[in-house]
Amino acid sequence: MNPTDKAAAAGTGTPPAAEWTPRIVAFFCNWCTYTAADLAGVSRLKYSPNVRVIRLMCSGRVDPQFILDALSKGADGVLIGGCHPGDCHYVEGNYKMLRRFRLLRRMLSDMGIEPERVRLEWISAAEGDKVKLVINEMSAQLSALGPLNLPGKAKGWDAELTAEREAVHA
Amino acid sequence: MPKPKVAFYWCASCGGCEETVVDLAEDILGVVEKLDIVLWPVAMDFKYADVEAMEDGAIFATLLNGAIRSTEQEQMARLLRRKSRVLVAYGSCACMGGIPSLANGFAREEILKFNYEDAPSVVNGPRTRPQLSFEEEGRKTHLPEQSRVVRSLDQVVDVDYFIPGCPPTPLITKKALAALLGDAPPPKGSVLAPDTALCEECPRKVGKPADLSFAQFRRPHQALLDPEKCLLAQGVVCLGPATRGGCGAQCPAGNMPCTGCFGPTSRVRDQGAKILSSLCANLEAKEAPDIDRVLEGIPDPVGTFYRYGMAKSILRRRVDLNGG
Amino acid sequence: MPEPRNGVRIGFYVCHCGHNIASMVDCPAVAAYAATLPNVAVSRDYKYLCSDPGQELIKRDIAELGLSHVVVASCSPLLHEHTFRSATEAGGLNPYCFHMVNIREHDSWVHTDRRLATEKAKALARAGIRRVAHHQPLEMKRVPIHPDVLVVGGGIAGIHAALTLASAGKKVYLVEREPSIGGHMAKFDKTFPTLDCAACILTPKMSAVRSHPNITLWSYSEVVKTDGYVGNYTVTVRRKPRYVIEELCVGCQECIDSCVYKKPMFPDEFNEGLGKRKPIHIPFPQATPQVVLIDPEVCLNFKRGVLTDKCKKTCVEACAERKAIDFNQKEELKEIKVGTIIVATGFQPFDVKRVPQYGYGTYPNVYTALEAERLVNASGPTSGEVVLRDGRHPNAIAIIHCVGSRDRKTNRWCSRVCCMYSMKLAHLLKEHSGAEVYNFYIDIRAPGKGYEEFYDKLNEEGVHFIRGRVGEVTDWAMTPEEEGKLVIRVEDTLAGFVRRIPVDMVVLSTGLEPHSDAQSVRRMFNMSCGTEGFFLERHPKLAPVNTYTDGVFIAGCCQGPRDIPDTVAQAGAAAAEAMALIDRGHIDQEPNTARILADCSGCKSCIPLCPYTAIAFDSATQKAVINEALCKGCGTCVGSCPSGSIIQNLFDDEEVFGEIQGVLADEPN
Repeated sequence: MNPTDKAAAAGTGTPPAAEWTPRIVAFFCNWCTYTAADLAGVSRLKYSPNVRVIRLMCSGRVDPQFILDALSKGADGVLIGGCHPGDCHYVEGNYKMLRRFRLLRRMLSDMGIEPERVRLEWISAAEGDKVKLVINEMSAQLSALGPLNLPGKAKGWDAELTAEREAVHA
Repeated sequence: MPKPKVAFYWCASCGGCEETVVDLAEDILGVVEKLDIVLWPVAMDFKYADVEAMEDGAIFATLLNGAIRSTEQEQMARLLRRKSRVLVAYGSCACMGGIPSLANGFAREEILKFNYEDAPSVVNGPRTRPQLSFEEEGRKTHLPEQSRVVRSLDQVVDVDYFIPGCPPTPLITKKALAALLGDAPPPKGSVLAPDTALCEECPRKVGKPADLSFAQFRRPHQALLDPEKCLLAQGVVCLGPATRGGCGAQCPAGNMPCTGCFGPTSRVRDQGAKILSSLCANLEAKEAPDIDRVLEGIPDPVGTFYRYGMAKSILRRRVDLNGG
Repeated sequence: MPEPRNGVRIGFYVCHCGHNIASMVDCPAVAAYAATLPNVAVSRDYKYLCSDPGQELIKRDIAELGLSHVVVASCSPLLHEHTFRSATEAGGLNPYCFHMVNIREHDSWVHTDRRLATEKAKALARAGIRRVAHHQPLEMKRVPIHPDVLVVGGGIAGIHAALTLASAGKKVYLVEREPSIGGHMAKFDKTFPTLDCAACILTPKMSAVRSHPNITLWSYSEVVKTDGYVGNYTVTVRRKPRYVIEELCVGCQECIDSCVYKKPMFPDEFNEGLGKRKPIHIPFPQATPQVVLIDPEVCLNFKRGVLTDKCKKTCVEACAERKAIDFNQKEELKEIKVGTIIVATGFQPFDVKRVPQYGYGTYPNVYTALEAERLVNASGPTSGEVVLRDGRHPNAIAIIHCVGSRDRKTNRWCSRVCCMYSMKLAHLLKEHSGAEVYNFYIDIRAPGKGYEEFYDKLNEEGVHFIRGRVGEVTDWAMTPEEEGKLVIRVEDTLAGFVRRIPVDMVVLSTGLEPHSDAQSVRRMFNMSCGTEGFFLERHPKLAPVNTYTDGVFIAGCCQGPRDIPDTVAQAGAAAAEAMALIDRGHIDQEPNTARILADCSGCKSCIPLCPYTAIAFDSATQKAVINEALCKGCGTCVGSCPSGSIIQNLFDDEEVFGEIQGVLADEPN
């Protein structure tokens, strides 16, 4: 299925495929990846504007609920950024996230969500260029996948509700 | 003063919740003494017309069990909502979709095809499927249509209270009824069960180690389980830490892990995500391949973590089914 | 759109930051949009919100409009969160009823489409506004600071930092890996541009370290473990055995004279292997501490069994009743408590073997700069006489700049000091040998006080400067004049042709690199490294000696190449930063700690997750409990609590969910 078809199949509320760009919610740890994103800014690197960064102290704080919530509220992808293994400001928070991520991806795939939509990257405070690279790459990948559009899908599912009917037919 | 009228109704359910009402045993007499049961299809005959004839709000409280997955169930839910001053989602299915909502992992067509054609026990040469209407001797009969998405009661109508459990125990049922009839009914939307996870009341809590880390997961049939040691400490996935208490930890007491039927606490939006988070964080392995190997011990994460709550989970349904 | 929350009145402010934000984000449009959101009582845009009038504006609004929360959309919270929290507090609110939205580093500076950047700014503003409505007043967390300081590395940076702190009355542990402090500076002959004798200016500081009552000097020692947090670090130091009891040795060196080896015959580390030493030795005359050490690799006594009868333990005899020599000495682990740490571990010179075309190791008369330093030094292996490895005296000398610097094949950065030290060496070599000296350079970088003048002076002295990166050093003679010489092949980019210049000696001006074990040092002190491997400062301009770990500071070349004046200035700054913490006696920390609700079921899942053992099981309540003093606020337990019974201040579930909802809410237009 090409992206246009995907957009069309995704249900109501989807803007025309030409205008659609993927929305990425990013959870960045304060010490490495958020700082790297600051560095990307200070270095005036340019990257795709469809990412929205939410700062947490550690990737270990990323509750899988946040990821599911972001997807259900309209994110086309979720990016989690943490310190490289061995470099966590809080010793091992990134490993905890890695473990959750491994099972969550499997579970999402069982729920019909392409694993590429949720990405975990280790980006150190010095890797401003990696922030740019990862966001641009993910943005391109999501563009190819097409919209996830869970709010639209949920709306579509609920179209089958009959609403008030006077009599019960049986 | 006339006794308050109550109704018990069932939708997509196994009937287990009805059993709980029966399990009230002698206490049912106490219930009957205080309440007037006006509708209880499992025990008493009824006609839709009788319910429709009631005045709106005539019923004090309806305890509705079962998920909503057909047009008839949806319409009855709406009808009973209108006729009842208090609508209670009774049991895991009404509260969270329950076992029936595992069907949200499949398209309706897949389910019908399997059940009416492909299941090994089915003999159905002409591949007959249920039809929505049928005419014989000039009389037209309608059958309810199965919906594509299984829903909890509150995804269809406004719900006042939730009594969870598969099934709810007689004890929490009694307590809930008492609370509803009391002078200070709980705030609307309350789940009438403790808001603390099951571990608090689990007999195995005492010896649970404080340095738990998982090197492997086992399913209950894969090991001889120690009847006293914490099941998680034995590598068995137990949803107790992520599930409301109130059941008296009957499953762990019976040497089986909690499978989560009382649902999450009020502070959690997605029970499955939370137990996943907790279990995974405590894995021993550090490298992706080793982590994956340990996690192979959970072959069906969706079925394990959302056994009773897929309909009310954040994703609700397998998302690539679209209209199917 | 969410329901307005009762009693929540948010002031929203978007900063133009001059043109930094306003050129890419339509700030008035963002302010106008925010004004339509629930709970927003006032929404304004302003040119520079971090300025005094900008902060005044916020304070006045809080008072006049009865605001309960403040959101500022401007630069990174890592830069100005503190500023605006203070303004919020000065306006009469709790400072944590504030949230900062980053629309500069994360928006205007990284995007090129004004419409999309403005939409993004609106989304981020919306997220901040939704989030802040959940913010509760919080109290700072106060942590006491242990007054003692650890300085790691005894080069000029560590020495200066230690002395500064000690003079201010602070107790300092100075840990140095080598047997003596002094670092690279001790090996230099003169220092540029003043041509001060390095030893003359360094030695007094070294002896001051030795004699200062507030300094505990542990040389030949390494930090092996660091635990704890700002104000309360527990550090384990390994003291390597020197087989000489430091407290008993007086530095008379009679043991060295009496060693069974009559002549020094082992390469001398201090002289870059150009000189020789004995198994028992003192690194250099001014070594501090003045304590000898035995090299067990070559000492005959340690090779017992092979040459049992050869060693007569004459050193022990010479030491006599002082009994300082102890062949059974073992390494020792010392545990110390300090409140702050200054890391001054320096650099390592670029390994010239990585540029084989320059012939180091192949042609004996190719030297590294540090070897040349020792060669011109009066106390060096040749007593300052420029004698080549083949015994000749050079008539012509080439100095090749930027070896391992400004080179995509090796290191991209400019090592900052090589131009100047190359010129210094040119001067010294010319002075000591009378040879013609040629400098091969890419650019001459002389941006310090008196540096350009030094370059002028060298030109006047007749030192040759040829602009061009040297292609190779070869002994392949093409003319009779080149016979027996090293030929420099270089494109003279000013003259515009390729030249061959025959010389007798080549000096490679090696660049500065991070230590090969910088990564493990970084982990030990929970620091970050830049891409090139030098330790990363908290802010390149405003916090150049701070790191991302509170209480850990950096000074000198471990942070990046620099010369001695800059190193000393930075070491002083690091000492001052440490003192600022110590003298206040405590540090106020982010109250972003986690706490456990009464609804906890006591499942114990969170306990093993905490790397700081801040979570314990309370047997009385049968619930988990968090020790706030130990909690560092990572939130891992919060994200993992299966029943949602742990909350984290400033990063609670509802706050994050609010932000998620905010960034994803559909645009109203």
